[in-house]
Amino acid sequence: MFKAVQEQAMLRVFRDWSVLIAIWSAAAMVAGVFIWLLADIAMRGAPRFDLSFLIDAPGNSGRSGGIGPILVSTALILAVAITATVPVGLGAAIFLSEFTRSGGLPGRAVGLSLDVLAGVPSIVFGLFGNAFFCIWLGLGFSILSGGLTLACMVLPIFIRVAEAGLRMTPGDWRNGAAALGLTRLAVLRQILLPAAAPSLVLALMMGIGRSASETAALIFTSGYVDRMPASLLDSGRAISVHIYDLSMNVAGGDPGAYASALALIVFLFIINGAAKWITDSLIGRRIVTL
Amino acid sequence: MIRVLAVASTAAACILVLIVLFMLREAWPVLQRVGFLRFLSDPAWHPAEGLYGLTPMLAASLAIAAGAVLLAGPFGVASAVFVRFYAAAPLASAFRWALLLLAGLPSVVLGLWGLTVLVPMIGRIEPPGASLIAGVLVLALMILPTIALTTEAALDAMPGSYLRGAAALGLSRESTILGVILPAVKGSIMAGVLLSAARALGETVVLLMVTGNVVQLPASLFDPVRALTANIALEMAYAMGDHRAALFVSGLMVALLVLLFVLVSRRLGGGWSFNV
Amino acid sequence: MRKHFTAARLAMLFVALLPWTETVAQADEARLILTGSSTIAPLAAEIGKRFETLNPGIRIDVQSGGSSRGISDARSGIADIGMVSRAPNPGESDLKFFGVARDGVSIILHRDNAVASLTDAQITGIFKGNITDWKDVGGKAGRITVVNKAEGRSTLELFLNYFKFKNSEIKAQVVIGDNAQGIKTVAGNPGAIGYVSIGAAEFEAGQGTPIKLLPMSGVAPSVENVRNGSFPLSRPLNFVTKREPQGSARRFIDFARSKNVNELIKAEYFAPLAE
Repeated sequence: MFKAVQEQAMLRVFRDWSVLIAIWSAAAMVAGVFIWLLADIAMRGAPRFDLSFLIDAPGNSGRSGGIGPILVSTALILAVAITATVPVGLGAAIFLSEFTRSGGLPGRAVGLSLDVLAGVPSIVFGLFGNAFFCIWLGLGFSILSGGLTLACMVLPIFIRVAEAGLRMTPGDWRNGAAALGLTRLAVLRQILLPAAAPSLVLALMMGIGRSASETAALIFTSGYVDRMPASLLDSGRAISVHIYDLSMNVAGGDPGAYASALALIVFLFIINGAAKWITDSLIGRRIVTL
Repeated sequence: MIRVLAVASTAAACILVLIVLFMLREAWPVLQRVGFLRFLSDPAWHPAEGLYGLTPMLAASLAIAAGAVLLAGPFGVASAVFVRFYAAAPLASAFRWALLLLAGLPSVVLGLWGLTVLVPMIGRIEPPGASLIAGVLVLALMILPTIALTTEAALDAMPGSYLRGAAALGLSRESTILGVILPAVKGSIMAGVLLSAARALGETVVLLMVTGNVVQLPASLFDPVRALTANIALEMAYAMGDHRAALFVSGLMVALLVLLFVLVSRRLGGGWSFNV
Repeated sequence: MRKHFTAARLAMLFVALLPWTETVAQADEARLILTGSSTIAPLAAEIGKRFETLNPGIRIDVQSGGSSRGISDARSGIADIGMVSRAPNPGESDLKFFGVARDGVSIILHRDNAVASLTDAQITGIFKGNITDWKDVGGKAGRITVVNKAEGRSTLELFLNYFKFKNSEIKAQVVIGDNAQGIKTVAGNPGAIGYVSIGAAEFEAGQGTPIKLLPMSGVAPSVENVRNGSFPLSRPLNFVTKREPQGSARRFIDFARSKNVNELIKAEYFAPLAE
């Protein structure tokens, strides 16, 4: 009998070590590929990357000059997308998690619709955005059209992550709050949203990530013009479109493309950091779980 | 207030309806003239010569997405577990930032790296290099951050009592992960995987650049293939009339694929609940 | 409270951004919209910028989307001028085509490929899949990777017309969209053969990208030979309008076809038409 216990213990130790090695190797491989990718971009992009690159306007179709106006357009497009996504997305997430049962019909219908939406090809989004926002709503090729189209693309992932975070909060808290006589609005504001804050931050950052990385949809909506935009109704070239054009369309555009990619990575770094800081200070961790 | 929230949800759900209607409208001319069945039964894809066979591309899209999800799923979950339970705080933070940055990298940058670095490497093993497996690898890299980040969020939101209970029972770290934690967050993981799979089916630019774009049923992993989405992007720029409408039919087909996929996984996974 | 303070800051930022949403009704004369071929788009944008400096008050907005978009947008009026990188098709006689430049198409090989030239018959054999190994045409043994362009592209049409076969007869191992993708594909594969715009290929080869251009019918592939008409495979780059252009559209088209922009055209590695 003692031998059986010993055998069991050895098997468990073996299994534990295998899992440990598997996880570390998986993480190492992922990290390795990421570093390889980053190094490739950095090496090819560094030669042209300097402060003037970030500020100057593009010249000679982007083969010289910088990406100043493009960064501004990208920031504006992102801002429009986030401003449109957060209220609708948060509202939908709250509705789904607080006012529908987990398996109920409205929850399932909206959930299904969002999941399928996540799979629509980005170029179809671009053509749809062009037909709906640019032509039907009359916004033309503009930053506003681009941002709103992006909002449509980002909503599925934002709502899913936000809803997950909200549903994860223990049901007891809602019961306790009701027992204390709090209104549902108060429960949401004071307890549930702060508790779901990490998920909300993540939802926001993933939304930003998806928006910044989108190319095909923006070509048809916010457009190709690389001038400094004067208003949200101006056409503006997003950085992903610029990278696409330089690497796929313009002969000799590669150095510029890589430098722009490098700039985007730095840009994302700053934006994600800012998003985290803003959300943390606005909502913050006001709940301590025991 | 409930009304406001309900309106927000309905608006979000309506977007899909609008897009589907849009695709139907654009695809209608050719659907009327040629009929939907020919899109599955024609022997080849040569719209200029009146042939609209989508089947090889359908198979390619499915194969690439399936491969990418099968590859990114385990690696994504492992990354999340790594960040939460194995890495020291600075390493975990760095890794998490890496995932966030990777999530924001434009598909064109990943495609460019794939085209200039990965495809030649694969080409040395078996020409032409631009192939099914190139698509699977780069796409997996693209959806991995989503899976990892949603899993990590789920792990983060898991009640601490689970971990303490497991510790009180004397379970090792690995036993806790395998026996307690992963089952508890299975639903969230599936949600993340589902979202990523949908994204994989809808990805355009990356596949355009690294899969070779030859319309054929893949006989091996190293064969070039064309995904439905890449097809739209490739030919839309110059397509007119029936050709253009046919491309929208393939867009509808992608949406249909995703719908089927979502329905099937819901049936298999028994839906998911986030109430732990 | 700290929370409200930050919220106030955000609100102020939002208000500060509001002027950016001004609805400025632009006079139609003051803005020209061009959509269409992504091949022409970079050139049109550069010409537009130069035109803007010489004619302050007029804005030229260039969008891409493909030649077919150029045709349909010019017809529907969404664009003032469409950009189309091919000669007019039958059925497009209702539109006015204005040539701005010419773009040659050349066959490219990897630089390390031992083959220096190919006859038309050999090219036909390779693209139809009858010749599959480089040693059959005088090179080192190795599988031929045929790189073809996607259906509908004008470069493909030009290629098919010249060699007189149909797209369904070509057996390709890789199909590409834009020229740069073709160049990168051939540069990454020593056994590849493809065809791209001469200008793009000439530039990249000069930059050190491992490709080389093949002569066609004995004529060397260069922008100069495209300009003087001796190179057999070339396509026109056109601006397209619905009606006879008026006002600023007319001025812009005339400007684009004048000598003043020749250096811009050459910078994109196309052949200018004006002397």
